Amino acid sequence: MSIFNELTKKPWLADPSQIDGAPANQALFLPSGKVGLRVFLVVVTVVFLLTTIAYGDRMLFANWKSTPEPWVLWLNTFVLIASSVAMQWARNNTKRGNLTGVRDGLIFGGVLTISFLVGQLYGWQLMVESGYYAHTNTANAFFYLITALHGAHMIGGLIAWGRSLLKVREILRSNGSVSDVKLSVELCTTYWHYLLMIWLILFMLLLIS
Amino acid sequence: MSNGVIEDSQVIPAAEVEEVELYHAKSFITKWVFCQDAKVIAIQYSVTAIAIGLVGLVLSWLMRLQLGFPDVFSFIDAESYYQYVTMHGMIMVVYLLTALFLGGFGNYLIPLMVGARDMVFPYMNMLSYWIYLLATLILAASFFVPGGPTGAGWTLYPPQSISEGTPGINGGIILMLVSLAFFIIGFTMGGLNYVVTVLQARTRGMTLMRMPLTVWGIFVATILALLAFPALFVAAIMTLFDKLLGTSFFMPEMLVQGELGPHENGSPLLFQHLFWFFGHPEVYIVALPAFGVVSDIISTHARKNIFGYRMMVWAIVAIGGLSFIVWAHHMYVSGMNPYFGFFFATTTLIIAVPTALKLYNWVLTLYKGNIHLTIPMLFCVAFILTFLNGGITGLFLGNVIVDIPLSDTMFVVAHFHMVMGIAPVLVIFAAIYHWFPKMSGRMLHEGWGQFHFWVTFLGSYLIYFPMHYLGFVGVPRRYFEIGETSFVPESAVALNEFITIMVLIVGFAQVVFIINIIWSVFKGKPSGDNPWNSTTLEWQTATTPPGHGNFGKELPICYRWAYEYSLPGVKADFIPQNLAPDKIK
Repeated sequence: MSIFNELTKKPWLADPSQIDGAPANQALFLPSGKVGLRVFLVVVTVVFLLTTIAYGDRMLFANWKSTPEPWVLWLNTFVLIASSVAMQWARNNTKRGNLTGVRDGLIFGGVLTISFLVGQLYGWQLMVESGYYAHTNTANAFFYLITALHGAHMIGGLIAWGRSLLKVREILRSNGSVSDVKLSVELCTTYWHYLLMIWLILFMLLLIS
Repeated sequence: MSNGVIEDSQVIPAAEVEEVELYHAKSFITKWVFCQDAKVIAIQYSVTAIAIGLVGLVLSWLMRLQLGFPDVFSFIDAESYYQYVTMHGMIMVVYLLTALFLGGFGNYLIPLMVGARDMVFPYMNMLSYWIYLLATLILAASFFVPGGPTGAGWTLYPPQSISEGTPGINGGIILMLVSLAFFIIGFTMGGLNYVVTVLQARTRGMTLMRMPLTVWGIFVATILALLAFPALFVAAIMTLFDKLLGTSFFMPEMLVQGELGPHENGSPLLFQHLFWFFGHPEVYIVALPAFGVVSDIISTHARKNIFGYRMMVWAIVAIGGLSFIVWAHHMYVSGMNPYFGFFFATTTLIIAVPTALKLYNWVLTLYKGNIHLTIPMLFCVAFILTFLNGGITGLFLGNVIVDIPLSDTMFVVAHFHMVMGIAPVLVIFAAIYHWFPKMSGRMLHEGWGQFHFWVTFLGSYLIYFPMHYLGFVGVPRRYFEIGETSFVPESAVALNEFITIMVLIVGFAQVVFIINIIWSVFKGKPSGDNPWNSTTLEWQTATTPPGHGNFGKELPICYRWAYEYSLPGVKADFIPQNLAPDKIK
């Protein structure tokens, strides 16, 4: 459906075809969960975009002093990439109907994500040990802010991940169909890929500043 | 859709789905407290919003008592005055108007008007309300912490908001910021529901261009809110960092008691940009649902189709888009580049075009209509006048050259109360009088409604027209006490007293309104299913109030747009959206 075509319709004229046309009531031929996630990702994008703009704005100040990124961020980045790959593996297994594969993919993905978060905390510890406190330099403050915001979104994702994993366990127990969990895994995977992309952009921003 | 393949279950229209799996409450607690039914959530949102709104109303009385009769009330000192101002502003804008229009009317009307059984994510919808309640309680808690609530002004500008000397510097500002963060998280959960329900859960035949304008208004306002609130969220979190961790996102280097403070080179202007990037769309987050509601009510009560429906939809969308590029007209006196000022003044003038277009269309809808001067209609006509007044003074203030001398005067207070306070509140009243029969099965009392309308409408003008004059003669806003200021004439003092008395009278009328609601819930005249002979789907439910699942066994099918009134050759003067063509007499 083209939104522009839709907006130029004249609803005061009788048009029975609009009743008989099968999907007339859905703007997008997608499950509501997917539409909901996409709308949510737009909101998250605005949050990170505004944070990035604020970061860029402050970088222009004359007294801007960049902060060194702890080495562990590189490792964390690879861990997050691996978690995204694991989630994709789980998703691929939903298409193959391999429920144990879905479970294993989810477990790997989740454990790697938790490792990523622990790694980020370790990064904070390294910063603090080196004397790079939030209040000593605005670049440090942005480092803590950006990693905290990203981490909070990952924790939110882990709640959905936990629910999906429980669902898979339940289906395995009851010999249910993989289709019951397909959408949940797809949504988790999309969210993981998205947060990986956000992290790569933020990490690049931290590196170039 | 996955891999480009559309599965059958994903495209079958809701009306063809045999039985939609609905949440079923099993106990009193899950039916009335932790309920997932959008109608109950709507009422929960509305009651909470009105309750905290009444707190905001009382705060305005206290403010006005001080301005009208300075030095009379010993319990009002400068500190508490600023706390009243701040809390009044934030409560009214965010916790009352946004919550009531989107959480209250959005939840009640969207599923019913588009022919859905419920919101698409009912559990998240329920969470949305409880997080909103938590946010409201956190905000209210700030009245009880040592030092009281923040007195930084509703815009919470740093450095003042977190600097020594500002009321509520310890607990108050922290609770305010935390509360805002929770509010935004809760709203996002609700907002996702409103958007996805409109996009995906409309009943058969309910195309986007057959939706009532109320749904269009709430839909676009929700999109605005989803895009604008993150700016406030980011600003609130960064201010919390500045306050709690001592960072310098917004806090500049300052001398504190002769010594350098702990912060260095933060940018207060950055906060202002973030705040108003949220703040201006916020005006339309409140106004767009109001526009939609007014369109539907005047069409129904004038027994005439809305004039220029397509134009009205386009105007809503255009206003939504333009509202994101006008924000800095709130910042002309911040020292911005004059070219920016020119840009934002121009966009402000441009946004007046689709807004004016809506006003013309409302008036043209009334023209030669069979106007029923019911209470909802009276409030809508009052809204049209008030929004016109507030909009025109907005054009004054949108121009840099006029704004600079009027900035920080009572003229600004009068302007934004007309356009963003009184105007949307008049619509809220119109909507309550209009939809109360559907919510309760009873009519609100007509006589008390007339009293409520005339006192509120005339009283508001007697409050805010003189206030424009005060602004013109230079009476500044935000002053606890004017004292003997040479440029303020004696008449301003008398006018302030008059305004205060009118505020108390108008406030009393709201108490009558609340009593009317409570009385009518139990004793009001039974309304029947469709007392206004309206066309839209919420009036065509099998029971009133609508039962669980909204539409009984089968979802309605929509055959036409929402404005089929007084059609030539048709016996009844309205044709419901779900009446099959072969049943029209």
